[in-house]
Amino acid sequence: MATLGELERAVMDLLWEHPEAMTANTLRDLLSSRPSAADQSRDTRPLAVTTVLTVLSRLEKKGLVERERSIRPHRYKAVTSRADHTAELMLEVLGSAPDREAVLARFIGTVSDGEAATLRKLLGGH
Amino acid sequence: MFWTSWFLAALAIILAWPVPVLLSRAHWPARAPFAAMVLWQAIALAGGLSMVGAMLCYGLVPLGGNLAAGLRGVVDIILGRRSLDELGLVHAFALSAAALLSAHLVFTLWLTYYRIIKQRRRHRELLTLLSSPSLDRPDTLVINHEAPVAYCLPGGARSITVLSDGLMTLLSDDELHAVLIHEQTHLAQRHHLLLWAFAAWRSALPWLPTSKLAQRSVSSLIEILADDVALRTVTPNTLVTAIALVASGSAQLPASSLVGSGAEQIDTPATTSARLGRLLTPAPAMGTGGQALVLAVALLLLAVPTALLIVPGAFG
Repeated sequence: MATLGELERAVMDLLWEHPEAMTANTLRDLLSSRPSAADQSRDTRPLAVTTVLTVLSRLEKKGLVERERSIRPHRYKAVTSRADHTAELMLEVLGSAPDREAVLARFIGTVSDGEAATLRKLLGGH
Repeated sequence: MFWTSWFLAALAIILAWPVPVLLSRAHWPARAPFAAMVLWQAIALAGGLSMVGAMLCYGLVPLGGNLAAGLRGVVDIILGRRSLDELGLVHAFALSAAALLSAHLVFTLWLTYYRIIKQRRRHRELLTLLSSPSLDRPDTLVINHEAPVAYCLPGGARSITVLSDGLMTLLSDDELHAVLIHEQTHLAQRHHLLLWAFAAWRSALPWLPTSKLAQRSVSSLIEILADDVALRTVTPNTLVTAIALVASGSAQLPASSLVGSGAEQIDTPATTSARLGRLLTPAPAMGTGGQALVLAVALLLLAVPTALLIVPGAFG
């Protein structure tokens, strides 16, 4: 049985691949049919829909998944694309939020345009 | 008590303005980064201690000749055994200010910690979904993005180093190794705790020159310390190339022009220049005597206000 973290990842991968909203049942079927080295153990114990629902509600709480409540069963989809989330993450890394320095330590800070030109010159000499 | 309070006030002012300004302009810290780091911590701690201590001592003057007697007097007033009139308005005001400032400092420290932890948790959540573990390196994640980025996310035993695809294609194996040692040094030497303390110091007292200068200098010094550890394994040339490639690579990205302008950066270009300058024209490390002197000064800075506060009758 995969851990919740691995399942969250697998569910998000599926939701990012399929832009249209899906039910937990559909997701369960897709997850079970997915051939992946990490999922081999799942063959012996099929994934329960309740587990998928748990994972979905965790992801909803984290603001990654939204639920369409107008029809039953509820349908789920990703709030934004994978690329958008990566961009958000990168903005956090490259950005200048007040406590960014203390949150994560970057190899190199942002440089000015003039400095970047000097650096390129320096690299040309190497 | 009266003279102690004035002496502490003078110390607080010196440590809040001229000393940090001079230290931030000095060139020797790059040659003795560890000693300089200790000195900055001593300045911040002694500064805070003398600020609170000055107000506390002044407030306690009518109640006793030393801190213990004065504090007993305060307890007596609270319990109603002595009259508040003995204290007087001005001294009561000083005592309240001391209490408020201490509470403010502790609260800001806690709040900053909470904010940092929350941001890290959110960042880690997204990372686990968006990145994949590096195949050949433990505790390293790779994120699919063209920007050449390397950073570490502290979190005790769950600390991780993150590399981007862009970085891994840009750098050679040796250069990548230099970057990884640099990042792992930040984690191993617990630099995030220093950054947390100085970030809190700055948000608690943003109008003091010392808090801003201290944060900037400390964030530059930790980079120097991490570079020094990397230099034990790789050549200066490799490290310089890595820094220059990563810095110029990320400067060309639209993202950095988007976020680079406007808000003030803490790790300013000055830090990058200082790091490169140091690697290209290395200055000899400061002698043992010099470093010992700096450490002694740091110790003295902490000892003086502490002694003035706790030793009865140490001063006037």
